[in-house]
Amino acid sequence: MKHTAALAIIAAIYASMAAAETVKPTDVAFENGAVKVSLTGQPGDPSAGRAVFANRKQGNCLACHVNTNLSEESFHGEVGPPMDGVADRWSETELRAIVSNSKLIFEDTIMPGFYVDSGYERPLDKFAGKSILTAQQVEDVVAYLMTLKEE
Amino acid sequence: MKLKPIAVLAALFTAAGAYAQDSNTLAIDGETFVTETAAPAHMENVDTIYSGWRFRSTETQALELDDFDNPAFVFVDLGLDLWDQVDGSEGKSCSSCHENVEDFAGLRAQLPRVENGELVDLEDLINECRTERMGAEPWKWSGGDMTAMTAVIGLQSRGMPMNVKIDGEAAPFWEMGKELYYTPVGQLDMACSNCHKDNYGVMIRADHLSQGQTNGFPTYRLKNAKLNSIHGRFKGCMRNIRAKPFKEGGPEFKTLELYLASQGQGLSVETPSVRN
Ligand code: HEC
Ligand code: HEC
Ligand code: HEC
Repeated sequence: MKHTAALAIIAAIYASMAAAETVKPTDVAFENGAVKVSLTGQPGDPSAGRAVFANRKQGNCLACHVNTNLSEESFHGEVGPPMDGVADRWSETELRAIVSNSKLIFEDTIMPGFYVDSGYERPLDKFAGKSILTAQQVEDVVAYLMTLKEE
Repeated sequence: MKLKPIAVLAALFTAAGAYAQDSNTLAIDGETFVTETAAPAHMENVDTIYSGWRFRSTETQALELDDFDNPAFVFVDLGLDLWDQVDGSEGKSCSSCHENVEDFAGLRAQLPRVENGELVDLEDLINECRTERMGAEPWKWSGGDMTAMTAVIGLQSRGMPMNVKIDGEAAPFWEMGKELYYTPVGQLDMACSNCHKDNYGVMIRADHLSQGQTNGFPTYRLKNAKLNSIHGRFKGCMRNIRAKPFKEGGPEFKTLELYLASQGQGLSVETPSVRN
């Protein structure tokens, strides 16, 4: 009995620590086109990131980027550059910055900022005050992008 | 016969789009349509304007070539029935006062227009007759009765060049529409211009981006198998970028419609067109 209670308390402390470590969208520190620290303090999961990349309701990155690694998915958009070898072109910290808020990296880009929860006009009510992706989803996508190497 | 095209629907969705607009020619009943022409002087950074037809797959394009294949004509027939149908306290139908629907030739190409200081759409003109002259209830902006009637009236201008007035009294409305066209909205923080001006001709996932022209409205869409109003389409585009749409028939969409119509000056009216 006591044992489980103690475990529950420890779990609660861990949960609050994890929550405390999650960087809020407005607190993400961009420095020279890079975001140095993980948004969650947790490593990203590349296979979860791969799913987020394809999912129309999440990243939907495929809407704009061709990605040979996801060739089983039909319909790759052509609005942005192909993702093949993207990890050869950008470092992990740069990719974190691009995915979190592309507008700070590419001027006037059509690419949405995926970890931005304010500053946009007229959002549908259910999205107001929210970012498109969660901090962990951003980390997962970044971890996935880091696997896209050609060299 | 007219329902046959729906059977090829599944095939259409898997057909990959070509890069940029194609070079196909739209001819209906021996009449050739202008689907490409020099951009009006007020457009910046765009030399040529194209009808949305030019960005559709060959299969979708084919449905517009023959009125017997065009699924929109089911709704045109419905509109023609409504034309003769008595409704409202005055016991009148449209045909009680308007002898021939053909008399509306040219109207669609010139709308929206300013009347008594207000921007007026085809839907407004129809509902004005219903409420003021027939003693009938107004139709819903994008309802089935309304789109059937806008299709019948728009069809009378088919083949005529889009030609809206943007100077004089119309100028402030046009400016407001232009402003809206370039203003990013929604959680995805995009403007109409991001897709329809900066990226027309490329694929966005399964969709081949066009210039977002309005010359074919109301359009029959394979996606929902019905006629779609201009404002209904605007609404859909806004929801896709997770933006709260403006009101159909409201001032924002009317000015936006005027601005878009002015980007299509010279393209043939294609009402009722077929899109995916
Ligand atoms: C609406 C279209 C759109 C969507 C959706 C989109 N991007 Fe982009 N992306 C672009 C464009 C356009 C660029 C080129 C930058 C510019 O605008 O100058 C770009 C650039 C990039 C780059 C830099 C690529 C390089 O090689 O230079 C990365 C990395 C990237 N995007 C990742 C993503 C990821 C991950 C997602 C999903 C979470 C995503 N994008 C969603 C349009 C998009
Ligand atoms: C009681 C007579 C009456 C009835 C019934 C009537 N209208 Fe009208 N309608 C008018 C008059 C009068 C005008 C104004 C004529 C003008 O300005 O040239 C008008 C104008 C219009 C216009 C604008 C024409 C233009 O060139 O500006 C349209 C469109 C129209 N009517 C459609 C309809 C439709 C559709 C119906 C049936 C739902 C209908 N009307 C029923 C009398 C009527
Ligand atoms: C994320 C990209 C995107 C944005 C932003 C966007 N649209 Fe669209 N729109 C589309 C797609 C995709 C289609 C269907 C394919 C096509 O015709 O481009 C479409 C279709 C249309 C059409 C129908 C064209 C035809 O030929 O029938 C119109 C009109 C239109 N959009 C207007 C707008 C307006 C007005 C806005 C701004 C409020 C807007 N769009 C914003 C992607 C977008």
